[in-house]
Amino acid sequence: MRHTISVLVENKFGVLARISTLFAARGFNIDSLAVGETEDPDVSRMTIIVKGDDRILEQVEKQLNKLVDVIKVVDFGQAQHVERDLALIKVKADKSNRSEIMQVTDIFRAKIIDVSADSIIIETTGDEEKIRALLAMLKPFGVKEMCRTGIIAMGRGGK
Amino acid sequence: MKKTGAEIFVECLIKEKVDIMFGIPGGVLLPIFDKLYGSPVRLVLTRHEQGAAHMADGYARSTGKTGVCIATSGPGATNLVTGLATAYMDSIPVVAFTGQVATTLIGNDAFQEADTTGITRPVTKHNFLVRDVRELARTIKEAFHIASTGRPGPVLIDIPVDVQRAETEFVWPENLEIRSYKPNYKGHPVQIKRASEAIDASHKPVLYVGGGVVTSDASKEVIELAKKADIPVTTTLLAMGAFPPDSPLSLGMLGMHGTYWANHAMQNSDLIIAVGSRFDDRCTGKLAAFAPKAKVVHIDIDPTSISKNVKTDIPLVGDAKAILTELNKTVKKASHEKWIETIDGWKKKHPLLYKEDNKLRPQYVIETISELTKGEAIVVTEVGQHQMWSAQYYSAKLPRHFLSSGGLGTMGFGFPAAIGAKMANPGKLVIDIAGDGSFQMNIQELATAVLNEVNVKIVILNNKYLGMVRQWQEMFYGKRYSSTCLHRHEGCPPKCNEPGGKDCQIYIPDFVKVAEAYGALGMRVTDKKDVVPTLKKAFSVKKPVVMEFMVEQEENVLPMVPTGAALDEIITRLA
Repeated sequence: MRHTISVLVENKFGVLARISTLFAARGFNIDSLAVGETEDPDVSRMTIIVKGDDRILEQVEKQLNKLVDVIKVVDFGQAQHVERDLALIKVKADKSNRSEIMQVTDIFRAKIIDVSADSIIIETTGDEEKIRALLAMLKPFGVKEMCRTGIIAMGRGGK
Repeated sequence: MKKTGAEIFVECLIKEKVDIMFGIPGGVLLPIFDKLYGSPVRLVLTRHEQGAAHMADGYARSTGKTGVCIATSGPGATNLVTGLATAYMDSIPVVAFTGQVATTLIGNDAFQEADTTGITRPVTKHNFLVRDVRELARTIKEAFHIASTGRPGPVLIDIPVDVQRAETEFVWPENLEIRSYKPNYKGHPVQIKRASEAIDASHKPVLYVGGGVVTSDASKEVIELAKKADIPVTTTLLAMGAFPPDSPLSLGMLGMHGTYWANHAMQNSDLIIAVGSRFDDRCTGKLAAFAPKAKVVHIDIDPTSISKNVKTDIPLVGDAKAILTELNKTVKKASHEKWIETIDGWKKKHPLLYKEDNKLRPQYVIETISELTKGEAIVVTEVGQHQMWSAQYYSAKLPRHFLSSGGLGTMGFGFPAAIGAKMANPGKLVIDIAGDGSFQMNIQELATAVLNEVNVKIVILNNKYLGMVRQWQEMFYGKRYSSTCLHRHEGCPPKCNEPGGKDCQIYIPDFVKVAEAYGALGMRVTDKKDVVPTLKKAFSVKKPVVMEFMVEQEENVLPMVPTGAALDEIITRLA
């Protein structure tokens, strides 16, 4: 099972290393990890995508909580939440297929942020599924490079 | 008035009531050592930083107070690592200080620079690099707090040399609030009620008691629960002494080298009440076949211990003493006569046995120590066969009186830990039971013991082998003694597997001479009849004593649950 875990941590030197050391030492697999400041500059939020069975997830959550610099751990699990990932995709493009690529980009409500004689950079935001679908459409043109921010997530509603 | 980092360091130690610390100075620790000179904090100069870490550990294990050690940057810090890992695995409160190169040099591969917080991160409960002298006092306060609360463990503070020299106002934070660190001590009342009902409903309960009981000072409460609800008690290696070994409810140690009856009790139990124990693989044997009929109540302050290895039916997160106190109020008085009779049957069938003949057998030496000391000495062990024999044949009567590296299994732990324990308990007899392999791993601390008049008694059970590994080679690798003979030399045949041949005459080291070279008393025993008088003499001499017992070389630790076998597939004798 894929889980989206949100970890609030003290915004201190070495905290990222503590988390990654923990995952490595315990043999937990990270699919994606995104880190950034929150509304409180002393606190950072890490969004971690982990795969594993219930027993592993229970350990992941407990082990994270045990770290002194971790303030709060939330496993979104089945709870209502939104997820977003941002991807930059560089596609081979020349005048023969540029307009076709632009059409695909439009359909996915993605943006073209750079054009050159032989390539285009597309920026897209969405959940994993949308990015995968767009990528599948762009593949036949030749994807030269892709980079992603990693998934960030937030619970829905007032909580 | 402004103070330097080094002055603040000493002030903080005094505030934390540190009377003694173990360590070695170095280039980047000069400012701190200058302020320690003539200060009320006693610095015991060790001969190796690993020794310093184990001494702090032994001090902590024997008292419950936090042990303190200090080492310089680079190699000093890396030498601490084994000691920190040992304390971490056994949840021992230790605060370690390391010197670091100046903040301006960090990351430049400076002389004696190592990424100390990086290296020690996986073997400490928490660690700090102090980059600003204004953070020093608070960091030290936090370190002592984190090390000693919740599930205790080692905490390291890395202090760059320029921070030690920098000046600031000294402010000691009287109150400490760490928003991300709040251990839970009180058990959940609903869970306590469920546990209490499960105990009342059980016909074959077992209390499986671990080091957490010692940490939480909950021996009295365990005894009360055991007596009230008539529950047999098995202890892990770390809990030896937490339950009186002469009680009819005592099952001794469980696990790989535990008693036949403790292991069978676990396997046949309908309710395991685990208190401050963590279902370590040496205790459970094959997990899939572990205690198939048992419900599990697990009391532990660390939530990660619960359901990590064995599925817990009733988890109880909190302090063992607090939870047991509540449980004792509600648990009904009970009697499990039939169950205890069954266990006694197992005990009669396969008691702990060794061959009682005229030969000098290691078990006999330990049994004699147990009788002479009435189980009231502080016994510290190294790691290996002698450690398991000590657990089997030394009847520790009190908590904090049997100290052993259980989790990490660190050879070389015992002797320095014994020094730490003796310095914390000068009025008590402290004995390090060692093997000839283990003792050589920190033998240099003889200098520390002799010069500081720390009169520990070292009992070397010398079988001239790395005995535990040799035993496994004998049992599982066709008696191919690969690199386990400590007397093997150039002239030996390539495939020797017999002790005592003519090639075995070289004798290194002569432990009696080593002892004498350091100014300790050395004695060698080759005959069984000399065991009692030698031990008596050693215990009465006011000097560190090294006793060398030339024991049967191929004696094995039995019973034994082989790796991958269930607890009831225990081997009681070799074919």
